[in-house]
Amino acid sequence: MPQTLEACAPQHQPMIPRMTPVTRFIRESEDVFTFNLAPERATSFAPGQFNMLYAFGVGEIPISISGDAQNPELLTHTIRAVGPVSAALGKLKIGDRVGLRGPFGAGWPVEEAKGFDVLLIAGGIGLAPLRPVIYWLLRHRAAYGRVGVLYGARAPDDLIFRGELEEWRRTPDFQLRVAVERAGPEWPGDVGYVTPSLSKLRFDPADTVAMICGPEVMIRASALALEDAGIADSRIFISMERNMKCAIGHCGHCQFGPLFICKDGPVHSYDRVRKLLACREL
Amino acid sequence: MKDIADLLRHHPFAEGLDEDTLALVAGCAKNVVLQPGDYLHREGAAADSFYLLRHGAVALETFVPGRGAFTFLTVKSGEILGADWLIPPYRSSFDARAVELTRAIVFDGKCLRGKCEADPRVGYEMMKRFIPPLVKRLQSARMQALGMYDAANA
Amino acid sequence: MTQIDGAMAIITVDGLETLLQAIQARGYRAIGPSLQDQAIVYDDVESTNDLPRGWTDEQDGGRYRLTRRGDDALFGYSVGPHSWKKYLHAPKLRLWTAARDGDDVSIAPEVEPDDRLAFIGVRACEIRAIEIQDRTLVGDLYVDPHYQALRERALIIAVNCGQAGGACFCASMQAGPRVKRGFDIALTELLDGGEHVFLVEVGSDEGRALMALIPHRAASDEEIEAAEAVIERTASSMGREMRSDDLNELLMNNLEHPRWDEVATRCLTCANCTLVCPTCFCTSVEDLSDLAGAHAERWRRWDSCFTMDFSYIHGGSVRASAKSRYRQWMTHKLATWIDQFGASGCVGCGRCITWCPVGIDITEEVRAIRGHDAAAEEPR
Repeated sequence: MPQTLEACAPQHQPMIPRMTPVTRFIRESEDVFTFNLAPERATSFAPGQFNMLYAFGVGEIPISISGDAQNPELLTHTIRAVGPVSAALGKLKIGDRVGLRGPFGAGWPVEEAKGFDVLLIAGGIGLAPLRPVIYWLLRHRAAYGRVGVLYGARAPDDLIFRGELEEWRRTPDFQLRVAVERAGPEWPGDVGYVTPSLSKLRFDPADTVAMICGPEVMIRASALALEDAGIADSRIFISMERNMKCAIGHCGHCQFGPLFICKDGPVHSYDRVRKLLACREL
Repeated sequence: MKDIADLLRHHPFAEGLDEDTLALVAGCAKNVVLQPGDYLHREGAAADSFYLLRHGAVALETFVPGRGAFTFLTVKSGEILGADWLIPPYRSSFDARAVELTRAIVFDGKCLRGKCEADPRVGYEMMKRFIPPLVKRLQSARMQALGMYDAANA
Repeated sequence: MTQIDGAMAIITVDGLETLLQAIQARGYRAIGPSLQDQAIVYDDVESTNDLPRGWTDEQDGGRYRLTRRGDDALFGYSVGPHSWKKYLHAPKLRLWTAARDGDDVSIAPEVEPDDRLAFIGVRACEIRAIEIQDRTLVGDLYVDPHYQALRERALIIAVNCGQAGGACFCASMQAGPRVKRGFDIALTELLDGGEHVFLVEVGSDEGRALMALIPHRAASDEEIEAAEAVIERTASSMGREMRSDDLNELLMNNLEHPRWDEVATRCLTCANCTLVCPTCFCTSVEDLSDLAGAHAERWRRWDSCFTMDFSYIHGGSVRASAKSRYRQWMTHKLATWIDQFGASGCVGCGRCITWCPVGIDITEEVRAIRGHDAAAEEPR
């Protein structure tokens, strides 16, 4: 199981939200937005962890932290509005308060990956939970080998973190390939499914740790593609989602076979979950 | 009881195939009957075979948690199914499920690859019949992916 | 067995009455078996007169009937639809209230309960079930403060079962019928010899302190043997049995077994089994607010993996079919629980069998998956 640091230490009164002000709000695309929260006491978090965010009177949902683990006082979250709670969060203004519980969960293996080449594959909104890893890798660049990021989205309008994508594209010693599934003539980049771009990245499969985040179908396909490229399934890590109510392993909703996505996950090594992923409706 | 070469001879795939080659590749084949709901291939599992559907229909699908199985192609009688036998590690990318009673000729991938390697002329005869349906399928898949029926594109 | 004053102790029914009064005098709320709505449920009891004297139950798949005994046994029945989780793991619980005043929102957590509950007549399978819930709710990464507060203060007056129920298989799950630990006082009811008495075993300092207040005498060798015989008889007359040493592998290697489709044609996904199961712990949360948006509350309530909502994400349920939901319940209870918590989630109490409206029998489902149906050979 991926290690994470003291960020995972159980908190006192984990079911009581702390009302926290919004300090920044930007719209990434038509239905995706990012905001920062300024907690009274900044709790450190590990890349891949998530918070439970409560919109007053509406409800609470799990949202991965999409910001820089080195700056936990800017608690950044990126959300796609798909239901009543995310829609309510999408109407926030600076100064509004959001209920915050967390951080929860086992995060990405950024420690374990030291010394290895690292590949990140993000599909759609899946780039958000991986962004803390990108920040981490860039901050501790010398500790890792080659780094490659593949990001796939439906169309150019659906891309998120566009400004940073530009920055990362220009960063030396950092491979980034973005592919959209369809585009008009103004799109200068690749069009196609995301996994074939793997052949354009340089990495040593025997010495690579890979992390995948996105829709589960895409995760399954990408994991097989990474395996076909020669990466061991124990070095492929995925982030999963299931219904969550408590985030502390007590409500039972997030179970996936023997695993609680909220505390054994959301990040799991592919060898641990591949058989479970193959079972429909598990 | 028809023998396998006979069944193969009557399948559109074998049109124009000379008798010697037909008998040779038939050695890698057998007849199979699938009940509705039977899986020919499962995603991620070994799929070292290639089917010629004689009767019936097979759905190619992927399962989306919370949404169910999404079928993206129905393969019908007279058509071919299975391309993973050409690409190591010979593993299926999708689920293939019989939607009705289906009769097919199934070729063992390893056997067929062996015969193609041993005699490139046999290999070319196979590829001539295999590639065009795949290209047509790719063209259709591109049209499907564009989502032209969406309201925004009408 | 633990001795008191150097000998096994015997108390009479009057002694039990004195014990009940002493417990309440210490500030405990006594809860025990009570006959209501043609079932033996758990409710407040104040004296031995409140216990279902002279009643027994007949249980089988989808069947529960009370009938009169030929004697005056106070605990002459098996477990009913309630379990102690009704008290320790609140069916409905407010977690916090919040008030909004402009931009300011303040959240007030609920105060932890200070109730002192005394459970009267706890069976071995129930002690095991409480231990199983302890492991999840206070023995894991996070602690449930409400459960912990009540559990720490709870007094357990256990009873060794005098009869095995038609759906019982605690012996198969190594969860009974003998009460071995986890109690303050354990009783074995004896009435065959003409006298109606209880053999007493003390399991804690508090139990010892209570017994010091109760008139008792030393047990004779015959009485000790009689108590052993009761337990032996119960252990050998279980209504069901289930081989349980291989369930993790058996079930997790058979996730696509056709039996799941078969049971799904019978299962109504009514969730009865999860409601009556003493170890099921799943809950959901509900956020409520008033129309003005000035006041909000969060409540926690029991939930069941059999509901359609339970696994809902992104516009659909991961487990949409009845088959997947039945499979989830059974594989969790018997297999993945072991991965999660180190032991099976099943105590063999049989409630899920008795209270299933169509009589689905978990022991039979396991047998079918294991590949032979030995129902014809089972002694019943």
